Amino acid sequence: MDIIITISSGLCLFIGSFLCVSGGIGILRFPDFYTRMHAAAVTDTLGTGMILVGLMLLSPDLLIFAKLVMILLLTLLIGPTTSHVLAKAAWYNGLTPKFSSNVIDQKKNKETTSSNP
Amino acid sequence: MLVAATIAILVAMFLAIIRGIAGPTFYDRILAVNMFGTKTVLLISLLGFVMGRPEFLDIAIVYALINFISVIGVLRHSNINELKHKPVIEESIEKEP
Amino acid sequence: MLLIFLVVVAIAIIRMKNLFAVVMLTGIYGLLSASFLVVMDAVDVAFTEAAVGAGISTLLMLVVISMTGHRERTTRHKPLLALLVVTITGGLLIYGTLDMPYFGSADAPIHNHVASRYINDSMQEIGVPNIVTSVLASYRAFDTFGEVVVIFTAGIGVLALLSIAHRPEDGDKTGSFNDSLNEQHLIVRIVSKILIPFILLFALYVQFHGDYGPGGGFQAGVIFASAIILYSMLFGLNIARKVINQPFIQFISAIGVLLYGSVGLASILSGGNFFDYNVLSNDHITGQHLGILLIELGVGCTVASVMIIIFFNFAGRREMQQKNEREHNKNQELS
Repeated sequence: MDIIITISSGLCLFIGSFLCVSGGIGILRFPDFYTRMHAAAVTDTLGTGMILVGLMLLSPDLLIFAKLVMILLLTLLIGPTTSHVLAKAAWYNGLTPKFSSNVIDQKKNKETTSSNP
Repeated sequence: MLVAATIAILVAMFLAIIRGIAGPTFYDRILAVNMFGTKTVLLISLLGFVMGRPEFLDIAIVYALINFISVIGVLRHSNINELKHKPVIEESIEKEP
Repeated sequence: MLLIFLVVVAIAIIRMKNLFAVVMLTGIYGLLSASFLVVMDAVDVAFTEAAVGAGISTLLMLVVISMTGHRERTTRHKPLLALLVVTITGGLLIYGTLDMPYFGSADAPIHNHVASRYINDSMQEIGVPNIVTSVLASYRAFDTFGEVVVIFTAGIGVLALLSIAHRPEDGDKTGSFNDSLNEQHLIVRIVSKILIPFILLFALYVQFHGDYGPGGGFQAGVIFASAIILYSMLFGLNIARKVINQPFIQFISAIGVLLYGSVGLASILSGGNFFDYNVLSNDHITGQHLGILLIELGVGCTVASVMIIIFFNFAGRREMQQKNEREHNKNQELS
């Protein structure tokens, strides 16, 4: 039973750290802000989840387990919200994606629909 | 295994710092700080387990909340002109302030 | 390893001219310091550094640079005289420390006499497992009193220099404009409504758990203030002023310092020294617990209310500046 717990937590830690490092490489290599945000937010949230599940399997008593569950819930709630706010602020301030050709028509449609209360 | 995960998180933090120093637009820098903050939460939790002190988890919770509040604060107080970008084709668009 | 990051970030902060990027990098620097302190096994200090250095400082500096410009002016002259003075002073200081024992060596006087007495006797004399709290709140309570008075004086200084008289009818006009802006931020508002009670509850947990784990009054006050700041950033400053109005907050900050001082006075009136908690109750362990609880409460009240006062004043001034700019632009368009 102990062996199974140790191996599964080791596997979760390995997957989580692989995701985090690949997110770090992605944030350096992707060409544009919006693509970089995909790399950062998606890999961050899932990597954090995996590492915290791996730590939860190793935790000695119930209080530490409860605190890790709390950190996991907070990260799942906060991570996507932050990337949503960042992307919305970038869009409303005019930062356009790099490789899109008909972005101006989309922006004009978006303006007419968002000005209705 | 825990030590290997800690080293991986340190590598990811270093990559985020590189993007933070050399990001062309300011949104890149805000993204780098946010990612650095999430990695710090993980680093503190892992270090708590490695060094055998589970009280570090309180710091991790505080740090996750402070990271969230800082990013929201940056975006609320940042109507500076340098964050606005001119669109590529400038003919038919009105800028909204 | 982390020290190398610190040096790299510090050099980047000095060389960059754009203040907005500098504020971001200052945030990263505060986080690196907190991680470094965690590695050195200093939990309470890392807590305070994470909450204050990476949270509140970044927010306040952002409010400031959104009011002033965001380009640093380049200096015209090479500051050679300043460099010479700094080098000589630094050299003298380093020469002065060569006599002192090495950092962390086992036969330094502080490790033999002072620290060992605290570590050995703290459990019997005070009965609190967290030695940092017992040193801060009981052995060195007078120093902590000085710190609380300094924070209170900083709040008074900000109020004296920066407060503007708030007229109610201006509040209604800008209120409607802020509401129309805030409609765009619907998702963040809902998520914050879920999170803010949790943050306030966590601040209370940190405050009262300071005896057994890392925490205490300072960290709890900062977390409480940051929850209120989040509320006021997302829902507009006027609504936040109605929720927590200015005279109430000033009253709370004064109450914090008075609570701290009156614990000391109560122990004098009961026959002991100033801040001697043994005389506050029959059993001296209960007296110590009661004394530490009351002064941590005082510290938490003062820190939270002073942070809220500083933020409201900075943001109020910024809104006034923005309103003046808008009227100025409108007058320019009309004329």
